[in-house]
This record gives sequence, structure tokens and C-alpha cells, in this order.
Amino acid sequence: MDAIILQILNGLDKGSAYALIALGLTLIFGTLGVVNFAHGALFMIGAFCAVTVQRLMQLSHTEIDESRTDFLGNPLQVEVPYLESWFGPELGQALISWSVPLAILLAIPVMMLVGWIMERGLIQHFYKRPHADQILVTFGLAIVLQEIIRQFYGANPIPTPAPDALRGSVDFGVWLGFGPGVIFYPVWRFVYFLFSLLIIGGVFAFLQFTTFGMVVRAGMADRETVGLLGIDIDKRFTLMFGIAAAVAGLAGVMYTPILSPNYHMGMDFLVLSFVVVVVGGMGSLPGAVLSGFLLGIVQSFASMNEVKAILPGIDQIIIYLVAIIILLTRPRGLLGRRGVMEE
Amino acid sequence: MTTRNFTRRGVMKSTAVTAGGLALPTIFTGSSAAAFTNEPTGSTVTLGFNVPQTGAYAEEGLDELRAQQLAVEHLNGEGDGGMLNTFSSKVLDGTGIMGKRVEFVTGDTQTKSDVARATAQSMIQKDGAVMINGGSSSGVAIAVQGLCQEAGVIFMAGLTHSNDTTGKDKKRNGFRHFFNGYMSGAALGPVLEQAYGNERRAYHLTADYTWGWTQEESMIAATEALGWETVETVLTPVGAGDFSSYIAPVMNSGADVLILNHYGGDMVNSLTQAVQFGLRDRQVNGNNFEIIVPLYSELMAAGAGEAIKGVYGSMNWNWQLQDEGTAAFTRSFGEKYGFPPSGSAHTCYVQTLLYADAVTRAGSFNPCAVVEALEGFEFDGMGNGPTLYRAEDHQCFKDVLVMKGAENPTTPFDNLEIVEVTPVEQVMYEPDHPMFAGGDLGECNPGE
Repeated sequence: MDAIILQILNGLDKGSAYALIALGLTLIFGTLGVVNFAHGALFMIGAFCAVTVQRLMQLSHTEIDESRTDFLGNPLQVEVPYLESWFGPELGQALISWSVPLAILLAIPVMMLVGWIMERGLIQHFYKRPHADQILVTFGLAIVLQEIIRQFYGANPIPTPAPDALRGSVDFGVWLGFGPGVIFYPVWRFVYFLFSLLIIGGVFAFLQFTTFGMVVRAGMADRETVGLLGIDIDKRFTLMFGIAAAVAGLAGVMYTPILSPNYHMGMDFLVLSFVVVVVGGMGSLPGAVLSGFLLGIVQSFASMNEVKAILPGIDQIIIYLVAIIILLTRPRGLLGRRGVMEE
Repeated sequence: MTTRNFTRRGVMKSTAVTAGGLALPTIFTGSSAAAFTNEPTGSTVTLGFNVPQTGAYAEEGLDELRAQQLAVEHLNGEGDGGMLNTFSSKVLDGTGIMGKRVEFVTGDTQTKSDVARATAQSMIQKDGAVMINGGSSSGVAIAVQGLCQEAGVIFMAGLTHSNDTTGKDKKRNGFRHFFNGYMSGAALGPVLEQAYGNERRAYHLTADYTWGWTQEESMIAATEALGWETVETVLTPVGAGDFSSYIAPVMNSGADVLILNHYGGDMVNSLTQAVQFGLRDRQVNGNNFEIIVPLYSELMAAGAGEAIKGVYGSMNWNWQLQDEGTAAFTRSFGEKYGFPPSGSAHTCYVQTLLYADAVTRAGSFNPCAVVEALEGFEFDGMGNGPTLYRAEDHQCFKDVLVMKGAENPTTPFDNLEIVEVTPVEQVMYEPDHPMFAGGDLGECNPGE
């Protein structure tokens, strides 16, 4: 039983990332009709917002330690972060350790700006082009973006730990009535799950309960009619692109303590996220979220040793297998609507 | 009406191009009177450095490339000479190789076997490379070694740690200076026994490819010889990213040691996540839970941050060694680039010098003469103490380092500390050892 609970937790955690990326993808597809293969790159750029904030908070001055030498035998140059100089070593380090959550503040405007530039600068020219053209140009854009990041940050993974207060794991089993030490789970993964629920809830509330959201939903349902009412729906859709980029970016920021950022991490998520969108139903926001969590959990269970003993290698294909089964039984996906991508 | 497109100028151009094309060095099809593939006939000789310049191992590949460029400089008599000053063989005099100035071309393997073969083939076929060196993956090394054997050039492997490279996939034209999985296990065994005792239960997470399989086999053999029990072995897909689904079952498996047969980004992620799951804070079977990473790399250890503190592993070489050769290379590399060299940089540098030395001693670039010069060659002054290039399998035998994540690193470069220099006798094995069985060096192929 404890193993099952652990895999459900893992699945929810993986599903959180899938759901957030798929939500952004679906927002873009639902509003602008664009299949955005650069969406994984937005997740990656978000992660590097966290790296950037960490580096900014670690800005240092050099002190010479004559008592020690470096690898060339010269007096050791010690980098002392300004925050440590100003607030003392302990408080300074404690502040630096909060760089990932603080990066959210940077990521929101940066990602919206990146999304706006992408949409206005490139993607708007492909609205009337076939989906294949959109896929090619956005995939190319993703490669360009990741190479730019590689130029600035290198190819190696960069450690971006969670704040000291949120590191380590909690004895979750005790809360469920198990004995002590049976189900340990990392604190930060709980934080990530709750954060993703907050973002998903926020996006749905924004679309459901604001006038702006109502117009966007109307535009998603019937773009021409909304336009005939004198509403500049294109401007709103551009903003939605920015919001979708911010959602992907925030998913990336908060994922950095789980997966050390590297420049190709977006590609690793991209294909899976598209499967999530297709399984959920093209254009369906609730479908994207439901499918994200579902596939996350299925993937986690497929990684169990007991399952792999019966079906070796199933963990590597399970998502695609589930996608095939769902598409065979429900060709529009779990919550897909008639008429979307069915010309 | 027929339009004739022939012009005198066009015919001459075509003839020149055709003649030029025929004169190009070729592999697999002989078209010249050369005795072997890419025999250098001018005043220069071209080496091919095949390293990952993009992809997940790009930083490691670029560090290899830096070392290879340094080796070329030293061979051509530029810079401070580095390990040429400490190498026990004294035939290299800074005038290139046999008086020919050394030039090089590079290929980007992307750490993909098919790409690496294509880039190696291009360097041999189009650029006339007479030796291929570099790489950061055993899968790639085995693929390129096979190509070099077919093409008739020498392959001086870079970072490749699978037993298979000089085991079942060994080739007469291929040579490995880097250590291997068996040696890691043999070196780590006694240290682990001393640190953790004889009654341990180990759980393996293993990268699902040639290196992971042989590393796991080697570690199981080494730890079971200590009396440890192997609880479970689980293969994980390369590049899994989130290893939580594989780590969670470890917790209630009864294991008190997790052995991560992962390298590179997988090692960074699996180790970081295992620490996040609180494994190292647990007590199992009355023991502190421990994690072991059999193969360390400085560049990747940096990616794991604080998670590597106190974690044992092994390395082929580290700049913190105190011998003359290491000091010379570290000084040379550090003054040129501003930071110490990695283990993969070291092995590529040494391999380049060893090739040049073998050519000079043989008095020929003919691959078969080079093979003869390298087989059974004993040398010193290259950073690992007295070393043998064993004739039977083309594996270098030398001291191996047992490392541990440093508790209090003072710079970004000393996040690992040397625990023990394991003497070569302890990591030796017979050429027909079962873990290396099934291969045959075959005949040397000079090509052409």
C-alpha cells in the first residue's frame, strides 16, 4: 500500500509539470490556433530565470586568502557574495537559498515579454499557414532559443536547490496512519504540486470570472462574431500567448530544485506535453489538466518493479500506449470538442 | 535543335574537379599507391578530434577539445611542453610528429553513435585524419572504434568506461587509456568495506546501455565479494529526468545502500533526487543509508551541488594528484584556460601524446606499426604512475582514484577529494576475465 501511495504522489508531481505545460499549449492552440513546438523552450527559459536570480543573488566580490593557494599555487581568491557581506554569512546564505521562489517575480514579466515578442515577431505571420509550417517554424525557434541559453549558461546542469526551510522530506505516512519512516516524500514536491494547483486554478478563474476571460472564451468559441462586435480579439489573444508563456515559465522556475536546469530540458518535456494535449482533447483546458495528471500517475505506476517484472520496458512506452488506446476509443481525446482540428 | 553546353573552360573545370576528387584520400576503396589509409605525404599530419560539442555532454567535449589543442601545441613545440617534460619516453622533441607539423580537425559527435561515426568518417575520408581521438560515451566509443578498424586508422578512445570497449567489442586498431567499470569496482570495494562494513544490502539503479550494464555487473561482483547482498537491480532509461518513480521503491526495499550506475545528467538528477527523498537521512538495518556513484566526473559533480558531499565514487585521474606529470599538465592547462583540467581532458591529452610517441618510436604512421609500438608499452610521467598498455586487450593499467564528495570545498574546482590512490595491482585482471569475454582484437587493419 505504501508503494502505491508513493507512486500516486510521484504521479501527481510529474502530472503537475505535464498539466502546466499542456495548459499553456492548449491556451495557445485554443486562442490562436497555433501548434507551438517552442512551448518546451518557454519552460526551459523559465527554469533559467531561476538560475539568473540565483546568480544575481550570488554576486560576489573577491577576497584574497593568503593562507591558502589555488590549483596553480597562487594565493586563493575567495568569492564572497555581497549578501553575505551585508547581512552576515548565515542570513546571507539563507536569503540566497530563497532564489528559486523569488525568481517567480522575475519570471512573470520576463516570460510575458518573451511570449509577446514570440507572438508579434514571428508566430503571427504563420496564423494562416498550415499546421505543418507552424510546427516547423516553432520547432526551429525552440532550437534557436536553447542554443542562445547554451551560449550564456553552458551545457551542464546547474544546481538550483530549494530554500533551506523547504529541503529534505517529511514523514507523510504518519499523516495517513502508517508507522513512522514508511512514506517519506520531499517537501519541495508537495510545494510544486500545490503551486501547480494554484496556477491552474488561477488560470481557470481568470478565464471564468473576469470580463477579459469571458471575451477570450467567446473568441475561442467564435472568433469572427466577437470581432464583428467591435472587440479587438487579436490583442487579447496576444496577451493570452503571454499568459501561456508565463504559465510554462513558472512551471519551469519551480521545477528547478527537482531537475537541475540544462538547456535542452524543454525538449524532454515537449513531446510528452503534446501527447498530454492530444489525450486530453485538442483545445480543451480541463482535458489538458486531467490528462496531465492521469498520464503522470500512469507513468509512475509503470515504473514499479512489480509492473516491469511482468512487462519489461513498459515504463518507457506507457504514455504512448495509453495515448493510442484513448485515441482509438475516443478519437477527440478525453474532453475534446467536435470540430477542433477536424477540417 | 540540340544545345551544346560544352565550353573549353567548362571542360577544364570539370577535369580539374574530377582529378581533385580522385586525388582525395578515400577509405574502403583504394585509389592510390599509399601503403595505408591517409599516409601523410606533405609537411603536416592531421589528427581528428571527435568530441561532443553540442548536446548534454558538450562541456565535457569542449574540455577534451581544449586538452587536445594543448597537446597539439606541445607536440609542435609551442607553450611550456606540459607532460612532454615528464613523460618517460623522450622521443618527442617538439617538432611535430616525425618532423611533420601537427594539424587537427574536429567533429561534433553530439554523443550519438550514428552522428559520431559520420563525423569520424568525414574526418578520415575528407580531411585525411590519420588518428581519431575523443568522446564521452561508451556507446559512441564502441561505434567509432568499429569504424576506425574498418577504415584502417588508429582510434585513441576518450572517456569510455564500459568493460565492453576493451572486452567483447575490442579492436586491434583501438586503444583505451581510460579505466573501466571493473577497475572502479575493484578500487571501491576495499574502501567501501572499511567505510560501511560487510553486512550491507545494495539497490542498483542502472542506466540502460552498455556502460550501465557493465558498471552494474562490476559493482555487484565487487560488493558481493565483500559479503554485501544485492537487493534489486533496476534499469532506468537514459535521460529519464525525473527519477522519483525509481527512487521511491528503494525506501522500503530493505536496502541500506543505493548504487547509482548513472553518468552525466542522469547522475546529477538521480543523486539530487535521492538526497531530496531523504535517503541519506534514513536508518535502515541499523545502518545509515548510503549512496555510491561508481564513476565521477568533476564537471558533472559540480551539477549535483551539495548532494555529492560524502558520496564515494572513482575516477581515472584528478588534477589534485601530487605527481610531476599531473602538476605539469594542470599548470599548462590552467594557465591557458584559467581552470584545472577535467579527467576527460586528461585522458584525451595523454592519448594524443601516446599516439605521437608511438608513431615516432615506430618510425611510421602505418597503423600496424603504431599498434605494435603501443602494445605492451610501459610508460610513466603521465599522471597515474607506471602504466602498461596491455597487448592482449589494448587496455591501460594504472593506479585508480577513489574519490569522495568534499564536505567543505573552498573553490568550484575541489568539490571532490581523493580518498585513496588504488595501486594498479589491485585493479588488474586477466585478459580472459568473464566480464571481458567474447571479444577478439582481430588483425590490425592499415586500410588502403
